[in-house]
Amino acid sequence: MTREALLPLAVLAALAVAPLAGFGGSYELTLLARAMILGMAAVSLSFLVGGAGLVSLGHAASLGVGAYAVAILDAHGVTEALIVLPVAVAAAAGFSLLTGAVAIRTSGVHFIMITLAFGQMAFFTTSSLAAYGGDDGYTLYGRTEVAGTRLLENRLAFHYICLGLLALTWGLCAMLLASRFGRVLRAARENAQRVEAVGLAPYPFRLVGYAIAGALGGLAGVLLANATEFVSPATLSWQRSGELLFMVILGGVGRLWGAILGALAFVLLETWLAEQMQHWKLVFGPLLVLAVLFLKGGLSGLVARRHG
Amino acid sequence: MAEPLLRLEDLRKHYGGLDVTDGVSLDVMPGEIHAVIGPNGAGKTTLIHEITGIVAPDSGRILFAGQDITRLSLPRRVRAGLARSFQITSIVAGFSARENVALAAQARSGSSFRFLRPASGEAVLNDTAMAALDLVGLADRAAVPAGTLSHGEKRALEIAIALATRPRLLLLDEPLAGAGPEETERLIALLKRLGADYTILLVEHDMQAVFALADRISVLVYGRVIATGTVPEIRGNAEVRAAYLGEDDA
Ligand SMILES: Nc1ncnc2c1ncn2[C@@H]1O[C@H](COP(=O)(O)OP(=O)(O)O)[C@@H](O)[C@H]1O
Ligand SMILES: [Mg+2]
Repeated sequence: MTREALLPLAVLAALAVAPLAGFGGSYELTLLARAMILGMAAVSLSFLVGGAGLVSLGHAASLGVGAYAVAILDAHGVTEALIVLPVAVAAAAGFSLLTGAVAIRTSGVHFIMITLAFGQMAFFTTSSLAAYGGDDGYTLYGRTEVAGTRLLENRLAFHYICLGLLALTWGLCAMLLASRFGRVLRAARENAQRVEAVGLAPYPFRLVGYAIAGALGGLAGVLLANATEFVSPATLSWQRSGELLFMVILGGVGRLWGAILGALAFVLLETWLAEQMQHWKLVFGPLLVLAVLFLKGGLSGLVARRHG
Repeated sequence: MAEPLLRLEDLRKHYGGLDVTDGVSLDVMPGEIHAVIGPNGAGKTTLIHEITGIVAPDSGRILFAGQDITRLSLPRRVRAGLARSFQITSIVAGFSARENVALAAQARSGSSFRFLRPASGEAVLNDTAMAALDLVGLADRAAVPAGTLSHGEKRALEIAIALATRPRLLLLDEPLAGAGPEETERLIALLKRLGADYTILLVEHDMQAVFALADRISVLVYGRVIATGTVPEIRGNAEVRAAYLGEDDA
């Protein structure tokens, strides 16, 4: 194994020991859970952007579909993870499959715009769900149960479940990109005509990849709804999609695990700045711009150059 | 007489007022190297694009091994046995030379909807890729990122990719264009070797190369085939000399 291959494992290991190393308070755990959940969404987006070359500006929609599946089932008294999880993931995959079937026929700026448009469509749909809080959002009765237990109520358990699913998301995306399927996606990102000229149409591969990323986004949405015990249209605002894309770029587009770093850095910096000053966004924005300008290869590129 | 492997029937295509393909009918026989020559802008690349499904002709038919492929997409035609190189080399620059060829091998060997095993560990694909690279003289460059290969090496790589799709017909669009003199010599030798095993439709500007390689030549001028024949026939054709070759060239 090369040293670079160990770096993502080091990041996951750091998250595993964090609760035991002084970050075990409920404040820290809440923050870390949020970072890991957004990290999952960012990793699945990085799979699309860096792997398949599909720059989606609507990825928060899959997050939102997953989160709203939790809310809607909760409102109908269904709170068992064994039901909620597959339903939420399937709904997010289905949403991505349907919207992707149209979006993937376009490319470049058109693809960005059409994913944004579908994202907005989902946003306005949730805003109009009066039975589930409409604009105001919906507060869950409680966290999703796991096989009848209240496992997710335990902050530490929730931390490791988030970490486990983050690791799973990363591992799955890495495996997919290395497979035959991923090879087609990677080749088509660089040169779609070359892929066609060896006898493969990129479209179905991209569509399946898009649906898989959507399913993983939905999984993150289930956790996000549980982390805050609250779901609102803000979960799938276009700003959220932009933030996810930003985490991917901040972390480094070519490396899946970079998205985890990007999400961590984004969430921690955002929280820290917000505590320091009232107009923190005035500082946050320019900082992000500087990071993109000067961090070639993103944070993961920086780390890989130091330790790879 | 044998059935042609590729038959073009009265192909037509126009861009605005320009008849870029103006009633082209042409047969490529199994086993031959059939060269298409013609001045710049004659419509040679467009013709290859039409044969491979990148440009749709306005009318006419394309028959491949007796089957009408006029309406098939590029990937479907490749799966039917057509393979091509591009005038402007088309490779995956970020892949190694071997992975470029392995991608083609993978397209030919079972489904590409496989998600679990790392593709780079598939011995059958790697072996196929190495065999094709070896054939074109790139075996020792297999691990090099394709984007960093020399121009002539990229040309050779593209041919290796085409071979890995196990084609019945190779369409090569100016495979010698831009290669240095030494590389040109090596590529000509390669094409000669390939000619023993493959049917080739060769678009080429280099006249010496065409006369050395081709079994038959078709001359395309302003979208029309003005002559088809063997090398001596084309060299001796007065119309061709007037339209294209020039007195001092023949
Ligand atoms: N997509 C297109 N739209 C308009 N004109 C085109 C297009 N493609 C090619 N042409 C024109 O058709 C003519 C033939 O081009 P091409 O097939 O590339 O010729 P060749 O390969 O023989 O040099 C040229 O005049 C070119 O400008
Ligand atoms: Mg040309």
